[in-house]
Amino acid sequence: MSSDEDPTSQRGLQGKPPEQRPHPTGRRNKQGIRIDPEAEAEPRVRKAVVSALVDNEPGVLSRVSGLFSRRQFNIESLTVGPTTVEGNARITLVVEETDPGIDQVKKQLAKLKPVMSVGELENNAVRAELVLLKVHGDEPDKVHAITQMYDGQTLDAGPRTITVQITGDESKIDDAVDAFRQFGIIEIARTGQTALARGDTPTTPGEEPAPEGTIAEEPSQPSANVQYSDD
Amino acid sequence: MSKHATAPQDETATDTNPDSETDAESTTEATPTQVTNGATAVVRSLENAGVTHAFGVQGGAIMPVYDALWDSSIRHITMAHEQGASHAADAYGVVKGVPGICLATSGPGATNLVTGIADAAMDSDAMLALTGQVPSGMVGSDAFQETDTTGVTAPVTKHNYFASDATTVGKTVGEAFALAEAGRPGPTLVDLPKDVTFGETDDDPGPPKAPARSSPSPDADPDAVIAAAEVISRAERPVCLFGGGVIKADASEQARAFAREYNVPVVTTMPGIGSFPEDDELCLSWAGMHGTGYANMAITHTDCLIAVGTRFDDRLTGGIETFAPEAEVVHIDIDPAEISKNIHADYPLIGDAATVLEQLYDAIDDDPETDAWVEQCTTWKEEYPMDYTTPEDEPVKPEFIVEAFDEATDDDTIVTTGVGQHQMWAAQYWTYTKPRTWVSSHGLGTMGYGLPAAIGARFAADDDQSVICFDGDGSFLMTLQELSVAVRENLDITVAVLNNEYIGMVRQWQDAFFEGRHMASEYNWMPEFDKLAEAFGAKGWRVDEYDEVAAAIEEALAYDGPSVIDFHIDPGANVYPMVASGGANGKFALSEDQL
Repeated sequence: MSSDEDPTSQRGLQGKPPEQRPHPTGRRNKQGIRIDPEAEAEPRVRKAVVSALVDNEPGVLSRVSGLFSRRQFNIESLTVGPTTVEGNARITLVVEETDPGIDQVKKQLAKLKPVMSVGELENNAVRAELVLLKVHGDEPDKVHAITQMYDGQTLDAGPRTITVQITGDESKIDDAVDAFRQFGIIEIARTGQTALARGDTPTTPGEEPAPEGTIAEEPSQPSANVQYSDD
Repeated sequence: MSKHATAPQDETATDTNPDSETDAESTTEATPTQVTNGATAVVRSLENAGVTHAFGVQGGAIMPVYDALWDSSIRHITMAHEQGASHAADAYGVVKGVPGICLATSGPGATNLVTGIADAAMDSDAMLALTGQVPSGMVGSDAFQETDTTGVTAPVTKHNYFASDATTVGKTVGEAFALAEAGRPGPTLVDLPKDVTFGETDDDPGPPKAPARSSPSPDADPDAVIAAAEVISRAERPVCLFGGGVIKADASEQARAFAREYNVPVVTTMPGIGSFPEDDELCLSWAGMHGTGYANMAITHTDCLIAVGTRFDDRLTGGIETFAPEAEVVHIDIDPAEISKNIHADYPLIGDAATVLEQLYDAIDDDPETDAWVEQCTTWKEEYPMDYTTPEDEPVKPEFIVEAFDEATDDDTIVTTGVGQHQMWAAQYWTYTKPRTWVSSHGLGTMGYGLPAAIGARFAADDDQSVICFDGDGSFLMTLQELSVAVRENLDITVAVLNNEYIGMVRQWQDAFFEGRHMASEYNWMPEFDKLAEAFGAKGWRVDEYDEVAAAIEEALAYDGPSVIDFHIDPGANVYPMVASGGANGKFALSEDQL
């Protein structure tokens, strides 16, 4: 046997070497989808808003954030808060992934035991986030004017700093932050997006509206009163 | 005073044999534990779930639960190390088809369980871990033996629970038990603070009840089934790919019926070994990194892959780009998240493997024309044989030892393994014909799994089933302290160490990809495992020559107790075929120069 002369093949098995075997011409892309190599396009990454209705039990947020970190899902923001149903909370996530990636995000979220329902919001969904901006207080009139232009509120004004609040969708907040740069932004805090489906559409599939009479009191509005600090 | 435990070779050892019928009867007739506190509620909940065996290690924070086990019918097996307890429980569950139970104390007890829990998670094995915890009031204070066990184990469990109340802890344990086996199986954990297990309650927790949303429907969408049936009818080169999910769903019968009725060649994954008889003409054995050449050819050239209960692990697929590149994929799985996770499913069928295979069986009107394709697969079997040579003047070939064991034992013999080259030889050269006879660590690749798994398997197996553990020298060294348990419990298991004095799989990779620089893989020395076995009170043999193999195997199998054979094998033996990491399955190497 030829293997007696060849020390490497002696340590192996018989059969045709790889280059003498037939090989199919087809292939798959990195998402495991069969593709036409001629027409292959790079998978497009898009931004999706995913809403999860969860049991508001201890540790639920860490289970969700742990899932995103261990599966390396690209997450832009995560917000969480109670709903009108006792014991429930809504988590709103903005993720940046390919279509198969977003599909995985939703399925893996749904597998977590405290997660009751998961939905992806349509493009026309109602979205908002909040930003707090602390700027230098040298030009209070100008700060006030710009705050008004963005329907914002002044939360704190002192001799050296002014803190304002702006709410709105992502692009409005981005614009507002740009506009305040002229005063010198000292500190900034953004909440990330929260969102609801428009009209009668439930935000997560199968989500029931809260029964009459169980609607909790309106969450108290952040105080519009300007508080003067001594800083 | 001692419960269960007997000195080795004690006359009474046979009375406490876990497999004896008297023991089984006493289990069914035993009076249930009376609930007086959280700990007895935990034990009562396990009894209500039908639990008969638990594996664990004592310790401060779990003591109330152990005390409750004193009066229980549940047979507790004290392991040498908590990792051993988790693997034993895992293997027990795999063989018996129920969640295995393991217990440990807080802190190091709990963290030592983690490897076994992670192993169970990767292989979708149902398991329930119960861990002691410092009293609730001390949680967060960095108390003695405190670890954030639910935090540590969250990523490797289906779900875990922190018990907060003695009156509900029994129900929580029942829920965790039911969740472990609901839908896609996996490990769950309940962390038990000492004040909760000591806390008073007299509530019977009742039968285990799975939480809402955890038990998916067994049926696949009928329209999707019809669409899949049509593509299978049209297929010219179909392949059934049976994964571990076929075994977990007890769907082997349906799998056999389907493949034989429609004359479809069968490839399994490694966890799927035993789901379809390997001595069947349609069976091409398992595919992937060290799968057979013919399985990898079939899976590369198929035009219709009927994948059942598999998650398309990278060791199976090789490079995604070249995996079954021309196949329409029909994917049956109970877990929707596995659909199109790694390989896009053209025809996803979400449901229980047995149920959906029956649906699919009934839905196919026109049988696919597969005679030529089956013929082609048979040709590949001849072209890429798993043959090896046995020159008498060279050290013993490991393949020979595996085959010798297979010939000397019955079909229902259970094989457990560690991880490495020996695991691949045990998978390649043993002909598995029945589900739940192959017990290994697949996804996590845990060296040291084999011996504790053999102990767990022994308690789950029938009396007349042999349990063989193939181990590597490196693997065996990681958990061999569990031999003390096998001796104490007088367990009839045989450990076959395929000893090459290397971390052999690493050495193989170093030869292929690191210019033969054997960094930290070369021992050139190992303890004398036969004598070590004798020191433990087990029986030991050492084998260096071919003519010693058969006798040692015969004597070890005949010995009624734990036995270890230290086979000094060809140290240069390597595992082939081999698909390089991320490479094309169809380009499997048959020798090192092809890598």
